[in-house]
Amino acid sequence: MPGYFHQEEAGGSRVKDTEGYVTADGRQIGGVLMEMKNITLKFGGVTAISDISFDVHEGEIRAIIGPNGAGKSSMLNIISGFYTPTIGEVWYKGAKRPQMKPYEVARMGVARTFQNIALFEGMTVLDNVMTGRLTHMNASIASQALWWGRARNEEMENREIVEKVIDFLEIQAIRKTPVGRLPYGLKKRVELARALAAEPSILLLDEPMAGMNVEEKEDMSRFILDVNDEFGTTICLIEHDMGVVMDLSDRVVVMDYGKKIGDGTPDEVRNNQDVIDAYLGVPH
Amino acid sequence: MGGIDLAHLAEGVEGLRSVPALLHRNATEFGNAPAYREKEYGIWQSWTWAETEKEIEALALGLLNLGVNEGDYVAIIGRNRPTLYWSMVAAQSVGAIPVPLYQDAVAEEMEYVLGHCGARFAIVADQEQADKVIEVQDDLHQFEHLIYVDPRGMRKYEHSHLHEYSHVQDQGRAARDEYLPELKRRRDKLTYDDTCVMLYTSGTTGKPKGVVLSNRNIIEAAKSSSEFDHLRRSDSVLAYLPMAWVGDFIFSIGQAYWCGFCVNCPEAPQTMYENLHEIGPTYFFAPPRYFEERITAITIRMEDAGRVKKWLYDTFMAHARKVGPRILDGKPVGFMDRLKYALGQVLVYGPVRNRAGMTKVRVAYTAGEAIGPEIFDFWRSLGINLKQLYGQTEASVFITVQPDGEVRSDTVGVPAPGVEIRIAENGEVFYRSPGAFVEYYKNPESTRDTKDAEGWVATGDAGFIEEDTGHLRIIDRAKDVGQMADGSLFAPKYVENKLKFFPNILEAVVFGAGKDRCTAFINIDLTAVGNWAERNNIAYASYQELAGHPQVLETVQKHVEEVNESVAQDDMLSGCQVHRFLILHKELDADDGELTRTRKVRRKIIGEKFEDLVTALYDGSESVYTETEVTYEDGRKGKIKATLEIRDAKVWPVKPKAMAAE
Repeated sequence: MPGYFHQEEAGGSRVKDTEGYVTADGRQIGGVLMEMKNITLKFGGVTAISDISFDVHEGEIRAIIGPNGAGKSSMLNIISGFYTPTIGEVWYKGAKRPQMKPYEVARMGVARTFQNIALFEGMTVLDNVMTGRLTHMNASIASQALWWGRARNEEMENREIVEKVIDFLEIQAIRKTPVGRLPYGLKKRVELARALAAEPSILLLDEPMAGMNVEEKEDMSRFILDVNDEFGTTICLIEHDMGVVMDLSDRVVVMDYGKKIGDGTPDEVRNNQDVIDAYLGVPH
Repeated sequence: MGGIDLAHLAEGVEGLRSVPALLHRNATEFGNAPAYREKEYGIWQSWTWAETEKEIEALALGLLNLGVNEGDYVAIIGRNRPTLYWSMVAAQSVGAIPVPLYQDAVAEEMEYVLGHCGARFAIVADQEQADKVIEVQDDLHQFEHLIYVDPRGMRKYEHSHLHEYSHVQDQGRAARDEYLPELKRRRDKLTYDDTCVMLYTSGTTGKPKGVVLSNRNIIEAAKSSSEFDHLRRSDSVLAYLPMAWVGDFIFSIGQAYWCGFCVNCPEAPQTMYENLHEIGPTYFFAPPRYFEERITAITIRMEDAGRVKKWLYDTFMAHARKVGPRILDGKPVGFMDRLKYALGQVLVYGPVRNRAGMTKVRVAYTAGEAIGPEIFDFWRSLGINLKQLYGQTEASVFITVQPDGEVRSDTVGVPAPGVEIRIAENGEVFYRSPGAFVEYYKNPESTRDTKDAEGWVATGDAGFIEEDTGHLRIIDRAKDVGQMADGSLFAPKYVENKLKFFPNILEAVVFGAGKDRCTAFINIDLTAVGNWAERNNIAYASYQELAGHPQVLETVQKHVEEVNESVAQDDMLSGCQVHRFLILHKELDADDGELTRTRKVRRKIIGEKFEDLVTALYDGSESVYTETEVTYEDGRKGKIKATLEIRDAKVWPVKPKAMAAE
């Protein structure tokens, strides 16, 4: 696996036991990186997710699809630590993950983007992307206020990584532009940049193509593939655009009414009768 | 050390007969001076001449290692980056000939050029360019190796004939002992008459032609033009124009290596304005369109400024227009006017120049198209020494240039040093110069048609030399100058240029050869008209919709009528008034073959493609329905459908004097 922007951060494989597989286009996929075991999530009397299990292998692009209200975003929120499952376990890098705060999960190498962009509108693109490095900074408040010693060195190191992300996502021209002034498609790219700046082991993308035009979708697809290809980042994404999902992903989980109704390669999922029914609708 | 001193030095030293020889001189004499800068990861990285020589040597050795032979053609494709400039000089060092290609060319265009020159090697910037070459390489029998600079996305490609730039350099460095004698042998063998570079002309008609330029052409042209404008080692340029264009080769390689000044490459094409502002070059070149766009941008921003600032800007710019050009030319100007200009310098001119990245500019040139007098004067009034030159690929750029103090918007200057000019009977301009090209590659017929045995080259442009000043004035392309049905002179570009001087009009195509009256297609400028629409609460979703808006038509009609009035003043060309016009439903685009890559109108192709529209312009109909095929950036095709309104414009009576002259 090639290193990220930073040699020492290149996590290497800490995946245990299970074996990987080879994709249709000949890419070698690693072992299981994350496993969801019998996840159930309830809000009071409402069951958002019921008894779902699936795994994410290292280096693959894994999609979660389903009609509106199927529980996809809830599942992503469980992975990112925002929700705690009512029943069930999350296994990450071969160990059961205890209950954690979202920032603790982020420190473990899970980064995400949001369905409804969550950037700091008044800050520049550069500053927004820099916030992606927060989990890598340890300097004290005093040191940061004085811009001396550790804070200074840390910022320079992190800025270098951020600049590489900016270069990678081709957003040099808007480096100093306040995010609020950017068009929607670019904001999405800035969000991806911020997530990528954290040098995650697993990247969660919540509807990265929502509201984009064809050209923006093509750009975003290329960046997602490039991220996966260049850094070997495992990507887990939710998306509604079927064309995009089927083209991008190695394996797809299909959810409907909080249940898993399909799991497999895009071709398998496409021919699955339950999936067809869920999307086209059958009388319940 | 000034240009003159260097020139003196050069005369005395043998061996400065090629670009690699100039490189060696620069690296030896002032190795620590900066040669290249490029912004990468948000910081300007720089290379000295000594480092540059090392980089180029490593690449040249690597090319030897890959088996580049003397006389091979090496295609170079990508945006302006130091690595690609080094590739050109490395190719020259091993006796090969660099052929830079337009990076936005589509695969088929590249196939023609790569096939025509029989390139065995290509050095490309990134995956995008590599894909295009790979797409067409099966049909190219001589093609062997592809070298790419940016490895991103290239890992999964089959690498038997694919090499990463830095690896080629590494292999060159590793095999230095083995190949260095051969490199030296080839480098020392280069003579003044060996080919320096081959550049394909974009061609307003027919297939592109490969213009062969020798070391003599390039070095002589670079030398005399550098002396003409006193260019020196401390100068710097921003390299942002296409590498396949002769101007960039002369400025960023010819003059840069001759004088030893620094070439700066922008971070990305979109950051050009910002990078220009950061670098503040002292020597600058841009097509008229660029200067026009910057004014449009400045004007739009000033429209949004507060009242005080707007008043300051308007007041001082009016004053600058009055006295600025005279001050620049060193002509007498009253004390109070000078005082007011100095105040404006602090309050307005300085900041505007600074924003435009022109604070340090000593010499700026524009060429390629006619420039509007207002645009030209705007920049000159700010104290920027903007001048015009007239040139072409075949001349290694320079045919005529404007000397300091003799700058006007309607001429293109006096013959450049060493250039002789002759006007043929039909008005066509011919020149003879040390920069005049050797031949068109594999095309003796065209070479014969263009360049005669005595070395006179036909420019294809019609023009005349002003009696009292000796300045050349260009009217139009010689073959476009025609006659109308009544025998009066038809010079479409003359009228088109007048139309294009209006900020709202981006492009115009005038028809009328052999007809009884002239008509025109208009393209509106989306930036200017879009801004106007925003200001007036006019909603629009696309270019097409805005172009068809009645108020836009009304405005353009006023512009056309103003042009007619001014054309009517001209004795020779008063017949060229535009009687009817329409606003095209799409922007003319090089991807659709309507413009050349240097954005010149391909009149004949447009006339054929939109034949139905031309017919409608002449048959008196009030509107016309049309369907047009368009090519998207990724090569897919689509159709645009539209119903266009045709307007009649008011024309002025042709002066009786002109009638009498017939």
